[in-house]
Amino acid sequence: MSTEEIRAALADIVNEVAGVDADDVQLDKSFVDDLDVDSLSMVEVVVEAEEKFGVTIPDDEVKNLKTVGDAVAYIERAQAA
Amino acid sequence: MTGQTNRTRVVVTGIGTTNPVGGNATDTWDGMVAGRSGVRRLADSPGFAPWVESGLAAELPVGIAGTAAVEPSDVLERVRARRLDRSSQFALIAATEAWKDSGLDAAQAADELDGDRIGVAMASGIGGVHTLLSNYDAMLEKGPRRVSPLSVPMLMANAPAATISLEIGARAAVNTPVSACASGNEAIALAADQIRLGRADIVVAGGTEAAIHPLPIAAFANMMALSKNPGDPATVSRPWDTGRDGFVLGEGAGALVLESEEHAKARGARIYAEVLGAGITADSHDIAQPDPEGRGGSRAILRALADGDIDPADVAHVNAHATSTPQGDVAEALMLHATLGGHATDVIVSGTKSMTGHLLGGAGALEAVATILALHHRLAPPTINLDDLDPAVELDIATKPRDLPLGDIVALNNSFGFGGANVAVAFGSVG
Repeated sequence: MSTEEIRAALADIVNEVAGVDADDVQLDKSFVDDLDVDSLSMVEVVVEAEEKFGVTIPDDEVKNLKTVGDAVAYIERAQAA
Repeated sequence: MTGQTNRTRVVVTGIGTTNPVGGNATDTWDGMVAGRSGVRRLADSPGFAPWVESGLAAELPVGIAGTAAVEPSDVLERVRARRLDRSSQFALIAATEAWKDSGLDAAQAADELDGDRIGVAMASGIGGVHTLLSNYDAMLEKGPRRVSPLSVPMLMANAPAATISLEIGARAAVNTPVSACASGNEAIALAADQIRLGRADIVVAGGTEAAIHPLPIAAFANMMALSKNPGDPATVSRPWDTGRDGFVLGEGAGALVLESEEHAKARGARIYAEVLGAGITADSHDIAQPDPEGRGGSRAILRALADGDIDPADVAHVNAHATSTPQGDVAEALMLHATLGGHATDVIVSGTKSMTGHLLGGAGALEAVATILALHHRLAPPTINLDDLDPAVELDIATKPRDLPLGDIVALNNSFGFGGANVAVAFGSVG
């Protein structure tokens, strides 16, 4: 999957879970500060993303995923591993 | 002469409901007066679609229920609904309607309310059973990682009350009475007490239930509480009729805005009725069966009358618990004779579960809405499907809408629950 494909699929998950407009889910956006995704919704996003992208995102890693770009980069690395 | 004069008076200034007959109070009242049943085939109910598709629905011993007339997902914003159990969705819809109906939404927008003086008493009989079981299903299918992190705040019994507290900024007591099928009525009784005790000026009170799921259906059917009548769904709930054979499960919520009379009058609110008194008792007889002579229920009615200093001769209407079970319907008739004496046959009695089915923890609240509207419109709603009155029942049961007398009258709302819980609330007419 390309970076843009991952971003777009992740944007759909964020929209489904938190109601954020998918077009607003861009790489430079912070989940908490820009998109208003609270901590429990973030857990839901992570679990949906694990299934969608076939990766594992440990709980300890979630706190490092501050922006959409952080999450997309993590998923790309995990898919490549 | 009826009515205590030397204490804080509690009045009803707002009503709301969503239930099998209607998605709001107006549609519900119009439907009830028209004698319209909200009981449907589960196969025709959108909320039951997952189990119709899986085939489980066809294996259940019961194929009907009073499913919501309006799906909550058609009313609530999608992400909001996603974070709420179905029972909280119903409660939020009913409470929001009641809140707007009372005019308190405008007072709040004008910053005229003190949230520290606003409470909530929103009951649930069973809690968030859909959330609990759907997450269990997900865990078995896909593993513990798939259990929603929102499961606990969604399924906890006080989630509906807490949801309303968040919605309206209520910061006085936020209570969740749990007494099975008496829960909704108990919430109203406790809410009135909060206001009388000076702990709140306003309490949003009621009950909710969303238990139309294969497991509760199987459980109630296996304990032989549900009707297994395979006929036209609209005819199955038939309180006091000789052909009754159990209740029909319903879902939904009812909500009232209760307010001290002083607070309501100061803001020029419309007052539907007064909460005159309430009685709460227990049978200590059996975990599921009612006392066959209805002694605990009689004591609840007597306490409600005494609490409101009510002359039994002023009672003009009863919205009975009347679930359409062989034993319970007769026991309630005995209670009315034991408490109202010779006046029992002068009272116009309605069994609205004939149309709504049994909303369990929401029942007492929905029936409070019906009782209050009966006083407001001076009209007792009908009991449908009463073709052949059980000879053990000597009551004047409304089978068509019946006019209630003018002047100061009292209406009783009865609820009885598993665990031996009995609650009676007496409402007085206003104007």
